[in-house]
Amino acid sequence: MTEYFNEMFHAGQVRAPYGRLQDWMAAMPAELRQMKQAEAEELFRRIGITFAVYGEGGDPDRLIPFDMFPRVFTAREWARLDRGIRQRAQALNAFLADVYGRGEIVRAGRIPADLVYKNAAYEKAVAGFVPPKGVYSHIVGIDLVRTGPEDFFVLEDNCRTPSGVSYMLENREIMMRMFPDIFRENRIEPVDRYPDLLRRTLASVAPAKCNRDPNIVILTPGHFNSAYYEHSFLADLMGVELVEGQDLFVEGEFVFMRTTEGPRRVDVIYRRIDDDFIDPLCFRPDSMLGVPGLMDVYRSGGVSICSAPGAGVADDKAVYTYVPEMIRFYLGEEPILQNVPTWQCAKGDDLKYVLENLGELVVKEVHGSGGYGMLVGPKSTRDQIESFRARVAANPGNYIAQPTLALSASPTFVEEGVAPRHVDLRPYCLVGERIELVPGGLTRVALTEGSLVVNSSQGGGVKDTWVLAE
Amino acid sequence: MKLTVEHVTRYTWDVPVRGVVQSHRLTPAVFEGQRVLDWEVTVSDGIRGGRFRDGSGTQIQSWAVQGPVSEVVVSVKGRVETQDLAGVLRGHRESLSPLVWLRDTAPTRADVALHKLAQSVEAPDPLNLAHGLAAAVAEAIAYQPGVTTARTTAAEALSLGAGVCQDHAHALISVARLRDLPARYVNGYLQATDDGSPHEAMHAWAEIWIESLGWVGFDAANRCCPDERYIRLGCGYDAPDAAPIRGIARSMGREDMDVRVQVGSAQQ
Amino acid sequence: MLSRTADNLYWLARYMERADTAARALEVGARIALMPSAGHGYRNEWDALLQASGTAEIFRRKYGDAVQRNLESHFFFDVDNPSSVAACITRARENGRIVRTALTAQVWDALNSAFQELRQLERASRSDLSLFRLTEWTLKQAALVRGAIDATLLRNDGSQFLNIGYHLERADNTARLLDVKYYVLLPKAEFVGSGLDNYQWSTLLRAMSVHRAFHWAYGGEITAPKIADFLILNNQCPRALITCAEGLHQNLTKLAKFYHRESAAQDAGSALLHRLQQTSVEEIFDEGMHEFLTRFIREVADIGRIVHEVYLSGDNR
Repeated sequence: MTEYFNEMFHAGQVRAPYGRLQDWMAAMPAELRQMKQAEAEELFRRIGITFAVYGEGGDPDRLIPFDMFPRVFTAREWARLDRGIRQRAQALNAFLADVYGRGEIVRAGRIPADLVYKNAAYEKAVAGFVPPKGVYSHIVGIDLVRTGPEDFFVLEDNCRTPSGVSYMLENREIMMRMFPDIFRENRIEPVDRYPDLLRRTLASVAPAKCNRDPNIVILTPGHFNSAYYEHSFLADLMGVELVEGQDLFVEGEFVFMRTTEGPRRVDVIYRRIDDDFIDPLCFRPDSMLGVPGLMDVYRSGGVSICSAPGAGVADDKAVYTYVPEMIRFYLGEEPILQNVPTWQCAKGDDLKYVLENLGELVVKEVHGSGGYGMLVGPKSTRDQIESFRARVAANPGNYIAQPTLALSASPTFVEEGVAPRHVDLRPYCLVGERIELVPGGLTRVALTEGSLVVNSSQGGGVKDTWVLAE
Repeated sequence: MKLTVEHVTRYTWDVPVRGVVQSHRLTPAVFEGQRVLDWEVTVSDGIRGGRFRDGSGTQIQSWAVQGPVSEVVVSVKGRVETQDLAGVLRGHRESLSPLVWLRDTAPTRADVALHKLAQSVEAPDPLNLAHGLAAAVAEAIAYQPGVTTARTTAAEALSLGAGVCQDHAHALISVARLRDLPARYVNGYLQATDDGSPHEAMHAWAEIWIESLGWVGFDAANRCCPDERYIRLGCGYDAPDAAPIRGIARSMGREDMDVRVQVGSAQQ
Repeated sequence: MLSRTADNLYWLARYMERADTAARALEVGARIALMPSAGHGYRNEWDALLQASGTAEIFRRKYGDAVQRNLESHFFFDVDNPSSVAACITRARENGRIVRTALTAQVWDALNSAFQELRQLERASRSDLSLFRLTEWTLKQAALVRGAIDATLLRNDGSQFLNIGYHLERADNTARLLDVKYYVLLPKAEFVGSGLDNYQWSTLLRAMSVHRAFHWAYGGEITAPKIADFLILNNQCPRALITCAEGLHQNLTKLAKFYHRESAAQDAGSALLHRLQQTSVEEIFDEGMHEFLTRFIREVADIGRIVHEVYLSGDNR
């Protein structure tokens, strides 16, 4: 794993988008850099962003390392990503509408029926119900990696409640406060429209029964949740209430929130709790987090839930393989962004190949997330590989494998100065009446030299992500 | 045949509750085997909520009761005209793929004994296989009230060798799914005695998907397929999922429930 | 606003005020304990404070003897005592964290700093911490939070719930501190007017930080009627019962205007204030100070219950 694409230096030259940053970097003495770094951390702590991304759990007061060196895309690069991401988000929603409706893609034999209908994420309670505007996944987080100047791959899709967007917003805010000069010198597309776009997206999917300015709320599992800060941050920026299950109740055909002035009807719920916990009457009866009767109101058109319960069937790692097929089937287009070639251990031939080549592959659990339950073959010891081999052999259906990609590296401040570190990217695509995408996203960086794991639970950090204007 | 139903469920609490929310699957299914003449569900002090038909064709109606209350009474009263379709659910509108009903759930999860029972039947085609499995379940689990509870699983009932209609249905669903036949739990009413004397529970049975026929009911507890004595309500993966009344009370106190069901044939 | 948000704000305020009172109680006890024992030993004073804070039983079970170090642990550090400074600051900050976006950065900063410094104090060696440093520190944190609220927070319903919490808690706490002195510290009639009596009264005033204010307002000897007038009926005294009742009444009235709706809470608030305005020191002494205070504490608790039902429970219609 020595060959990888360096986003700043390529073919002996500084790539155009990083041109001005080289001078900036060279002009910054080490002491100033350390001072700025300390200042950034202080700002983060004051604001209080000390939460884990991607449902990784852990210490809620932990700070995720922020790297001040931005990651930069040109307008042309972004234009392609933008089209690819929108295309994918649209196809994923078409897929959800289809499998909870007539199931044409299954009937056409383009995706195995078992994979859809026997999938644990497929939610029977949603079948036969069409949510407003036919949208199931309103916030689609698409994890991308880059391997060359023109080569981007989708690593996975997140159709439920992708987190981390508050980092995208705060990273930018902090960079602008600390380095106003470089924002004057570089023309960088703003990302601060995101909360407004999110609000408009949610408002656009208000139920038909709502005939006024919709009342939108964010539903959080509570202040012990590791992403609580993000929930309250988004609620604040959108100017909507942040509610827990106990703040809502069902009466008649609607959902209400408990306020100091009496019940107030709720029209759209952006929920940040898992399907299982939404409604104890419909899902887990032991859950205290949700709202009893909510699903009945939802299914009779009294409230919108974003994302729809059961949206997870579209981001399943086994279903992932078929997303290019979905794009062709529903949109009649060729995929703009490529999938990473994937072996499904459930298939005999694939399993054989995977077991014979474990040392070269990345193996993941179908339902895993956060970089846990995962093997990076080239970075693992013989013992680790052997113990993983036993796990895969015992339950092949639970695993998929992919080639180990040479993730691109972006310049990053390290102890000795600036050095390349591997990065990925998660943009957040909004789907409502329209599809919206702010130019940017969350760049995660593996701070350990040579590491390919960008998860914050395993030594990952975050960067501001720039898209340069034309 | 014209069947009359009177079904009263009374919930009482030792401390008044602040509110109750219920989700009902208490409306007769729409299919060729039955026609509703009249049907009314009432809830004491109840506020009627949303009403819709889910992907399995089940009619769902939600209710709320504003507290404080110490008692909630759910009454079902109606008349249905039925005919014998030999268990076949003809003309029932639903949108779910049958494959969804292959998923196992906690009450229907198979153990070694259920695997054995499932493999004990040999049959030339799916319909005969389903009949064979229903017969095997009826043999293995004697009808005997009071041995099992609402929380007993299929595996537990089989090891006890005794149970009631819920246990027969769970066991049949479990073995059918093991043989790759989609299966589900159905709630309804049965005119069990000619004199229409009251009993303490509703009835339940299993439906199995037979590619050539569609859904077919099997009542292993009574060793038959549903006929004109049956009224079909809704269905689910298992008893908790299909429950005719699901409810939650905001309460600290103890809840008691009393059920009274009376099914008779109407005077012509 | 969400009922739960209002509830969090209300309790944030109550816990900060309660932390302040715990520190004051500790100071009262320590000062009284410094003086020569007058035959009945200082243990009684401590017992009285424990009784008044409603935590005597918790203390006895955990510590047994009322020696100063145990009392410091109990009133300051012990999170098993729900009224200790540490427990109250922790819970105030937790309530604040839940409603972060309803607070200004300054209020959150004050709350969060108090919590972080508390963690440091807990880690410090106890021999380095004098009792007076602990109480000073607490009063300062409470004042910083209170000041940040007054100076920076929007005057909307949220700030009214904070203020209602503060006033209710302070009314209750002043009544309890007063009760300690009058009913328990000095049970024997022969001490009335003695040097001991004076010392105890001035300690109480000092603990409430109104020692000098009292002298400016009344001058001369400290007597029971003057004290009663000052701490109960004089609305120049920031901790007087009537001042708390006025604050409570004002904020409840603002709330009713804000919501265009009167409720049982406004009735109860104005009734409380009205009764205090109509009463005199003579009537209080006729009824008996302890009886008067007991009744007052109950009335304040009733208002708390009504506020909960009407605004905070979420069950209102």
